[in-house]
Amino acid sequence: MATQHSRSAACMMMAPAVVLLLGWMLVPLIMTLFFSFKKYLPLRGDSLSDGLEWVGFLNYERFISSGSFWPSVQTTLIIVLSVLIITVTLGVLLALLLDQPMWGQGVVRILVIAPFFVMPTVSALVWKNMFMDPINGILAHLWKFFGAEPVLWLSEASLPSIIIIVSWQWLPFATLILLTAIQSLDSEQLEASEIDGAPKLKRFWHIILPHLSRSITIVILIQTIFVLAVFAEIFVTTGGAFGTKTLTYLIFQRVLDSQNIGLGSAGGVYAIILANIVAIFLMRIVGKNLDA
Amino acid sequence: MARAVTNQRKAMNTFFAWALGLLIFFPILWTILTSFKTEAQAISDPPIFFFFDWTLENYKAVLERSDYAKFLWNSIFIAGGSTLLGIIIAVPAAWSMAFVPSKRTKDILLWMLSTKMLPAVGVLYPIYLICIELGVLDSRIALVFILMLINLPIIVWMLYTYFKEIPVDILEAARMDGASLRDEIIHVLTPMAIPGIASTVLLNVILAWNEAFWTLNLTAADAAPLTAFIASYSSPEGLFFAKLSAASTMAIAPILIMGWFSQKQLVRGLTFGAVK
Amino acid sequence: MSLKNTLCAAVAASFLSAGVASADKLTIATVNNGDMIRMQGMTEDFTKKTGHTVEWVTLEENVLRQRVTTDITTKGGAFDIMTIGMYETPIWGKNKWLVPLDDLSEGYNAADILPAMSGGLSYDGTLYAAPFYGESSMIMYRKDLMEKAGMEMPKSPSWSFIARAARKMTDRDADINGICLRGKAGWGEGGAFITAMSNSFGARWFDEKWNAQFDTREWSDTLNFYKNMMDDAGPKGFATNGFNENLSLFQQGKCGMWIDATVAASFVTNPKDSKVADKVGFALAPDNGMGRRSNWLWAWALAIPAGTQKEAAAKQFIEWATSTDYIELVAAKEGWANVPPGARTSLYENENYKKVPFAQMTLDSILSANPKASTVDPSPYVGVQFAAIPEFAGIATEVSQEFSAAYAGKQTIAEALAKAQTITNDAMEAAGYK
Repeated sequence: MATQHSRSAACMMMAPAVVLLLGWMLVPLIMTLFFSFKKYLPLRGDSLSDGLEWVGFLNYERFISSGSFWPSVQTTLIIVLSVLIITVTLGVLLALLLDQPMWGQGVVRILVIAPFFVMPTVSALVWKNMFMDPINGILAHLWKFFGAEPVLWLSEASLPSIIIIVSWQWLPFATLILLTAIQSLDSEQLEASEIDGAPKLKRFWHIILPHLSRSITIVILIQTIFVLAVFAEIFVTTGGAFGTKTLTYLIFQRVLDSQNIGLGSAGGVYAIILANIVAIFLMRIVGKNLDA
Repeated sequence: MARAVTNQRKAMNTFFAWALGLLIFFPILWTILTSFKTEAQAISDPPIFFFFDWTLENYKAVLERSDYAKFLWNSIFIAGGSTLLGIIIAVPAAWSMAFVPSKRTKDILLWMLSTKMLPAVGVLYPIYLICIELGVLDSRIALVFILMLINLPIIVWMLYTYFKEIPVDILEAARMDGASLRDEIIHVLTPMAIPGIASTVLLNVILAWNEAFWTLNLTAADAAPLTAFIASYSSPEGLFFAKLSAASTMAIAPILIMGWFSQKQLVRGLTFGAVK
Repeated sequence: MSLKNTLCAAVAASFLSAGVASADKLTIATVNNGDMIRMQGMTEDFTKKTGHTVEWVTLEENVLRQRVTTDITTKGGAFDIMTIGMYETPIWGKNKWLVPLDDLSEGYNAADILPAMSGGLSYDGTLYAAPFYGESSMIMYRKDLMEKAGMEMPKSPSWSFIARAARKMTDRDADINGICLRGKAGWGEGGAFITAMSNSFGARWFDEKWNAQFDTREWSDTLNFYKNMMDDAGPKGFATNGFNENLSLFQQGKCGMWIDATVAASFVTNPKDSKVADKVGFALAPDNGMGRRSNWLWAWALAIPAGTQKEAAAKQFIEWATSTDYIELVAAKEGWANVPPGARTSLYENENYKKVPFAQMTLDSILSANPKASTVDPSPYVGVQFAAIPEFAGIATEVSQEFSAAYAGKQTIAEALAKAQTITNDAMEAAGYK
């Protein structure tokens, strides 16, 4: 029951966060929009202080007509979707397992959470050189041990490799959030169903999973945001070759390799549009969990 | 009781959980092991697991070359500062969204999240120019602010969802008892929200700790945190794996230890707040 | 005493005090390669001599490049000295973003800098960056395996000899690959290698009107030759191998030959890290008898961004770090094999340095590369493994991604070349060359 009083208090309390984020969103967004309509090639001597040439929608046309654009959108979506499916599925299973009584629970939890602490650059380097290298990598040795031909991970299975690395980094996040949720599950409710003799699978579908739905929504939303922007893992391992160029990576190439700020900014605008389409889509599927 | 378990089942759980845990942890274990090898052993074929000449030479080399304490302090300052600031701003916002929801609450939340979707590299130049204009290149305070802004949507979100789990009846009960808004927050909500806030804090410290785009691109000598420390050890010409492993171990150790000590509170999450 | 005298005295005094009291703190951005790390260890000597202190910002090459480029194009002023390469220097010099280094002191002896290096680090005849070390590329090979194959490496071999030797040295059961070469995407990685190689096949990036040349027979010859040889005699997964990957393969004894940067010579002959340290021989990078070899030319150089407040101190540092005194300082502390190579003529006339096994071959390689005439047919650009125009890094990175995909068998060489042609022409058109 919200009174007028608490409403205005609520507005006051929200104000700082809203105002700050508004500023943080608007200033770069407006600058990005501004640059996206300009010819801005700093290495050719263009600079803000001398004024930039207005080029209309040329940057937008160039960015989208480049042969790399649609494949990069597709790659982005494949990576995001695969990582979400892998981390949520494994995350639920792991969370269920870790919720069970066992010896050394604390240690196991920290083992499982640990990959989240590793900086993306480092984990990419470790995976690339120590695991996926077709000659020196541990996976290659494992394959050879079983008499199989080592996989050329980063060239022949490039996209799966990236997905493995990113999933490894984000699995702990999913597990952690889901585990917290499982532990908040009313144990009386569970016990009651246990006494009823409801089969485990049924219990999972009818009690546990619905209870987890909101946490899963959070995991999906937050991970989508981060995985859409995945960068270091690609930069270190394949350098964008072998069909692993995501939209973020393409923008990086336009801005920093080609030093074409206008073109990169137009790409940035496309990326925002894509992100919002993905967000709306997600809302359709999982949004109802947010109403409570 | 009903949840009492046989030792046999417990042993099974233990076995599977440890096996999976070790599998997931293995790349990190391998990095730590590598940090005690020589560069030649680090790339040896076949790989050596434990039986090598353990050496501290990599750590010695890293400490000699870089001012680890400075990088560490900058990381702590930036990650801690941005999280603290973020929490201070986000708690009231999330509280009001959770307990005084309006029609627009969901829209505001979604909009907040959408601010995170602007790809960082797309706004590198604008932000860099602003920092020059304000004279805050290579400043810790600027990074505290920027990382706070980057993670603020996530903080608000997480707190919002935690707060939502707190049953409204208890608030109404308190209100009926004549508790003021302030009492409500301090005596009723806060104790219940603490576990949620704790996990939010840890997650955001980690996110800020590992943020490697702005922390690298907006710093030079003074404000550079551990991400820059790592960047000075990754991929030079020549062999670098053992030294990179040592540097990585040093970069993740503080946060790993923090996680170690706080994981119980973290994972316990909201169980203690729930009312029966 | 006249007013004039007083004034003069005052001015002189202020100059003196400026010279003595202004102990500046220089912020220097540099790459994390061994020679630069060594330089950091020697900083004390500089501080002792001049009073200035130094703050190092040491970064991995790619991060450094994006960091300094952002800073220079926005005039951020975060650094007093930047470590940049032969690609950036002429472009930045042209934009007047760097302080010209045409007034270095007499004792520094700028004329001693190898002409190939100073040429590549100048724009319009003015030096904009002083080379800290320079490199070319050459063949490093295993003498024992070459002998086993019953062949003998000439001093300046041809590509057909290399291909034959590579196939003969390959022993898949013993995990020995005849030849290891870069295939990794990136203009400074596989892109640099294949561009340098294409020079010896008579290919070029652009004709004199800036038209892309990937539809020519020369390019398809280059790529086909490379891929056939690597499929038969190269390591698995060569399409993702760059300098470091090949280095570790070679050091583990898994490569018969490796064509790469001359600075690698000191790594592969260092018994601490290399299993094959005592078995390595050197030769000039191969050619096809068309008058151009396949070696590149590169320098890591120190430059001062225009607009810094500490120009004088920065110049002092550059003079210190790229001087012959510095070379002798390193030699005294770490031995002659570890001095920064490839920058000064006098180093190669030094009797002590001549004893270093790879010294002469490094010099010969450097001398055989000419950035101003790197291609068989005339081309409008300067640079051996790159074209010193602002658009090149972006284009070449994308092109090399297509090449790597072809190496990995994800597309045919013809497809890769067709895409490269489109990418390059589109970008050149966008940049206003046509």
